[in-house]
Amino acid sequence: MDDIDRSIINNLQGGFPICEHPYAVVAEQLGIDEADLLQRLQQMLEKKQLSRFGPMYHAERLGGGLSLCAMRVPEADFERVTEQVNAFPEVAHNYARDHEFSMWFVLGTETPERIEETCQEIEKVTSYRVYNMPKKQEFFVGLKFEV
Amino acid sequence: MSDDTLKLDELDRRIVVATQAGLPLVVEPYQHVAEELGTTAEDVMQRMQRMLESGIIRRIGAVPNHYTLGFRGNGMTVWDVPDEKVVEYGEKIGSLDFVSHAYHRPRFLPEWRYNLFAMVHGANRDELKHKIDAIAELLGADNRAHEVLFSTRILKKTGLRLVPGS
Repeated sequence: MDDIDRSIINNLQGGFPICEHPYAVVAEQLGIDEADLLQRLQQMLEKKQLSRFGPMYHAERLGGGLSLCAMRVPEADFERVTEQVNAFPEVAHNYARDHEFSMWFVLGTETPERIEETCQEIEKVTSYRVYNMPKKQEFFVGLKFEV
Repeated sequence: MSDDTLKLDELDRRIVVATQAGLPLVVEPYQHVAEELGTTAEDVMQRMQRMLESGIIRRIGAVPNHYTLGFRGNGMTVWDVPDEKVVEYGEKIGSLDFVSHAYHRPRFLPEWRYNLFAMVHGANRDELKHKIDAIAELLGADNRAHEVLFSTRILKKTGLRLVPGS
């Protein structure tokens, strides 16, 4: 990764234009050519330095439900519960964390009502309580991550 | 329903499905999407512009991967601050350059007392600790308790299904 890659990351976390030749517009702003920009983006995606390039959608405004949920699962039961929780297609990400609240997952559902229903279904299958922690407010920035 | 929930029609939804994993890396990406969906680039661009203006698209650009970019000390920090000040502190913490997301979330007393979450990123655990100390200092006496939860394992990572049928 060189200075140009860093400049791409630092300058392109938002504001990508909607126009016929957007990569050409951005390349000119960065002082490189379009083919170089496309190739570098491709490489950074392949190396997973970028996890994505494109529009970031707002799940709730698309009409769906989104929430962060936590469970207190003891080590002895962790594998079983992991399997049961992961089997739900509504579970998008699931992380083990070093805390008594040991399992943290994101639910994404096609309707807001499905969040609460899915939590109840997970509780029924696993016999553990699901702590549903939807965001009450988001303090979003995200445009200033510098490398 | 809030007024920021723009009504999406079938083609809008197909644009979401076609682009949620990424924009094509070709010189005319919107044209590329349009051809896939059987419409014109002009139509795709107008619809995406409308979704951007209404906040359905948060932004268009690169999503950096903190971990592979060398930020190996990442922690979910959780804070117990007075409810009446959570917005003020959320905004302050959310604007720090080492915090990628901050959220106000519900407490579950007595087991879970924390109402403010912040994802903190550092080059390593030491640097992370300094950054968390900086947040604690910013909160002062209003930091009634806090913890850092490190992820030990990714159990699942499939991504969101944003619209029905996607």
